[in-house]
Amino acid sequence: MVRDEPAVGSPVREGYLAGCRAGATSVFQIVLIGTYISIGALAHDLGFSIAWVVLSTLVIWAAPAQVIMISALGAGAPPLEVAVAVSLSGVRLLPMVVALLPVLRTRTSRFPGVILAAHFTAVSMWMEALRLAPRRPVEQRVAFANGIGTMLIGSATLATVAGYYFARVLPEPVVGGLLFLTPMSFLVSVARSSRTASDRVAAVAGLVLSPLLVVLGIGLDLMWTGLVGGTAAYLVHRVAKARR
Amino acid sequence: MAELWPYLVLVLVGFLPNEMWRWLGVVFSRGLDETSEALIWVRAVATAILTGVVAKIIVFAPGALAGVPLWMRLGATVVGMLAFLLARQSVFAGVVTGTLALIALDVLVGR
Repeated sequence: MVRDEPAVGSPVREGYLAGCRAGATSVFQIVLIGTYISIGALAHDLGFSIAWVVLSTLVIWAAPAQVIMISALGAGAPPLEVAVAVSLSGVRLLPMVVALLPVLRTRTSRFPGVILAAHFTAVSMWMEALRLAPRRPVEQRVAFANGIGTMLIGSATLATVAGYYFARVLPEPVVGGLLFLTPMSFLVSVARSSRTASDRVAAVAGLVLSPLLVVLGIGLDLMWTGLVGGTAAYLVHRVAKARR
Repeated sequence: MAELWPYLVLVLVGFLPNEMWRWLGVVFSRGLDETSEALIWVRAVATAILTGVVAKIIVFAPGALAGVPLWMRLGATVVGMLAFLLARQSVFAGVVTGTLALIALDVLVGR
């Protein structure tokens, strides 16, 4: 994606390098490293091979999906059931990609770069790219986001390997604490990026609705959480706009 | 062939069910401009699903986290949020304080 852009100072090269710098110094590095150490340790304890779990980080690149898949397969759940659970946890990626790509892409953006940016889309990369990409020239943005993604997935991969081999020496409370990094970091990131009343309504609605729908035994709980909570938040935005 | 089976499972139950949402996102994002009303709704839906995932992991905890009692998981979440707010909205302060609070409760108070 970058290698076939030979000219020094081309927007792709410049954007990618700036993205690598932003990704390497991102506050999400510490969170991702801790999270993926816990995923490596979990995979080790449940008897998966190192190559398999490293590949899962590279191709799935979504901590909740990996935690669900590894723990469910490890417990001997039927593959179809695991696939459904993984898929429901991944629903959030659709609106995230839809929200991010119009910020990054121009008419001349090439497809491989765009599909790679979609693959790199995860909470960490999404938060950083949405916050930082609008400050870059528009023709640099896809490469910029891919630079961030490369640095984040690179660290996560190394942390997966470290967690796998350190699993035997890590005490249970530490592994529990590392697994807690995912929800804690998602929550404070959302809190920081919530500027409007509608953002806050969406965040609180998600927190309340999803456990409620699970307890009530309603299927596709995350999908309904998003549609109901997100639409309520959007209506708050419309009301606030009409008053102005 | 037997050695390839786990990798086939990874693709079929892990990669494809997850990645299809990203590919659908690429399809649906065509023609949306970054300031449209539709995008404001889409962002709100993404935010609600995201905090929905947070609540699910905390309440119905996976792996080693399931060994920590629910009140400790909820308490550590509150401590992390307070640290985030007190440290002028620092993500780092919130995440580190919340996680250390969980480990401390787990070790000191026990299960």
